[in-house]
Amino acid sequence: MMRRMLWFFLLTWGLVLFGPAGGRPAGPLPVGGKLPDFTLGMPKDAAEKSYLGLSGSGAFKIPQIRAKTVIVEIFSMYCPYCQKEAPDVNRVYEKIEADPALRGKIKLLGIGVGNSAFEVGVFRKKYNILFPLFPDGDFALHKLLGEVRTPYFIGVKIGPDGSHHVIYSRLGAFESVEKFLDEIVKASDLK
Amino acid sequence: MKKRLMIISCLVGAVLLIMPEVRSVFALSDAYKDNIYNPGSLKATDSVLKVKVGGKAPDFRLKAVSGETVSLDRFRGKKNVVISFVPAAWTPVCSDQWPGYNIVREMFDANDAILLGITVDNIPTLFSWTNQMGKLWFPVLSDFWPHGAVAKKYGVLRSDGVAERALFVIDKKGIIRYIDVHDINQRPSLGVLMGELEKLKRGK
Repeated sequence: MMRRMLWFFLLTWGLVLFGPAGGRPAGPLPVGGKLPDFTLGMPKDAAEKSYLGLSGSGAFKIPQIRAKTVIVEIFSMYCPYCQKEAPDVNRVYEKIEADPALRGKIKLLGIGVGNSAFEVGVFRKKYNILFPLFPDGDFALHKLLGEVRTPYFIGVKIGPDGSHHVIYSRLGAFESVEKFLDEIVKASDLK
Repeated sequence: MKKRLMIISCLVGAVLLIMPEVRSVFALSDAYKDNIYNPGSLKATDSVLKVKVGGKAPDFRLKAVSGETVSLDRFRGKKNVVISFVPAAWTPVCSDQWPGYNIVREMFDANDAILLGITVDNIPTLFSWTNQMGKLWFPVLSDFWPHGAVAKKYGVLRSDGVAERALFVIDKKGIIRYIDVHDINQRPSLGVLMGELEKLKRGK
């Protein structure tokens, strides 16, 4: 009886803590898993919209992006490492766009955690960011994504049926542009 | 027995539920690794302002990390001044706030403003801490001794001896034009501060 009661309580609290209402525990997303359920505001800029292969207005989900793999950079305008790495992340974008085997297949976007639209705009302008950036002013997405330190990179593979799974999950700045892109390409089965 | 088990379970559950909130909710940069002390959630504000918008900003002379001594008066007639008090080195929100200001020097310049960063930490601590932020373009001043004297003069010294997370915008005549004694747990919005500086520029 005692044991059954104990299991009951453990299960109840487990559900409260880790179930849909409790959010996920802190830490990076596991490879092989899914993204938490969230939406981003549809970009107003036509070029950004076309890059992501989106249409309409309102909100969208990452698996709706027209790509085989989406690289998501979790950054903050206030983070010194993100500032320092910004030119390298731009180079990742440029390398993808310059490679006919990758262009259109791998797309890149950034989410500025704790950053207002104004602050994301400051980062975009300061570092001439070439790919779409989205604000997360109230840390809502940051909480869903495990409250990771920044920068944090996620690779998401999108299936033809719109299904998706995480193929890459890296905390901290990457050492080299080439190595990072190579790892993403390999995990995506693109070459 | 059942009752005791239920009570224990509820207590454990409650603690576990609260834990994620205590855990830092700030997007802390990986630059600091595990060197940031997390004080948890603090009382939003804990002091009584001694200055007001429209009043004269009290002058001060403080030593900067660079070794120079900086006084507020030296900017009189020349520059608008933003004073950014932050509570303490090596804590979550503060460690993000100044690196953000560090990339918007052009915005301060465009509004004919300079920034002075102040904490109640001593110079060696400020030196080590701000070194992690990259090279800062603005002076970082130590209000360490007499402890928190400037923070106290402005009315932003908390009861535990650290400063509030407070912003003061002072015009070229030395008059305070904007005060934000912010919730210590949150970072003030850059957009709001820049809006205030633009107002000054437009002469409003």
